[in-house]
Amino acid sequence: MDLDKSMIGIASKPYIAEVDRERVTRFAQAIGDENLLYFDETYAADTAYEDVTVPPTFLVALSSNAEFPLKLDFKRMLHGEQEFIYHQPVRIGDRLECTMAVTDVYDRVGKSGTMQFLVLDTEIKTEDGVLAAVSRNTIIYRPAKKGAE
Amino acid sequence: MKAITNIPFSELHVDRELPSLTKPPVTREQLVQYAGASGDLNPLHTDDDFAKSIGMDGVIAHGMLIMGFLGQYVQELAGTKAVISNFSMRFGAMTKPGDAITCSGVVKQLTEINGNRVAELELIAEKAPGERVGTGSATLTCKIDND
Repeated sequence: MDLDKSMIGIASKPYIAEVDRERVTRFAQAIGDENLLYFDETYAADTAYEDVTVPPTFLVALSSNAEFPLKLDFKRMLHGEQEFIYHQPVRIGDRLECTMAVTDVYDRVGKSGTMQFLVLDTEIKTEDGVLAAVSRNTIIYRPAKKGAE
Repeated sequence: MKAITNIPFSELHVDRELPSLTKPPVTREQLVQYAGASGDLNPLHTDDDFAKSIGMDGVIAHGMLIMGFLGQYVQELAGTKAVISNFSMRFGAMTKPGDAITCSGVVKQLTEINGNRVAELELIAEKAPGERVGTGSATLTCKIDND
């Protein structure tokens, strides 16, 4: 199946992602990021974040709970770009409501033929319904191999 | 050891090159650890046989792990006075176990918006000089009365 513009707007059901301390710690450790901002309340209180928060890329770990809104061939998918738009800090203990939606589909002609691009936005809201962040994933959808389904 | 000295926001200027951060070489254990921590369980990052079956020499690092390194770098640059309001990365060449990634950045723009000082940074992740595994950008926002 190829992509087309009619897919824009297709969205997952909202899902809840809990930000637990152990998960944040494991994530930061895997990267080797020892910033006190994620662990030390006294340090974090004196920063512009005013409290402990999560590493900037931690938000991708929330989308592993998502039910992908489209049936796509994962072998054709490459992660092309990733963007995070932060509105307010995510905190340890937050229960976040996430919704993933297709926000754009476009083609670009390259050396190896026409490549398709799929933009998936995950909106991340706090329990009060305040938008905390958007995680924007641009996927390169490679042409299907000839003869393959 | 802190690899990066926090730079006071007031000392930034356009085209200023920021101190770089070189991470220890990526290890296979780290890829397994990152897979578990991030929930990205694609065997391309953890199983050599699988990686070879799809035409690779062996496992490659998650692009998001490399973005994690840049995220560490940007958060250190933000120091205690600024928050990251936007952060993006475009993935380039693959990173393999043994590659040591260096993160570097340059100030591209400085503006004042609604009483905040806003710095746009251009970011580069390289596995060797000139061998980019990704490029990106970040926006740091700092309340002026904070500085």
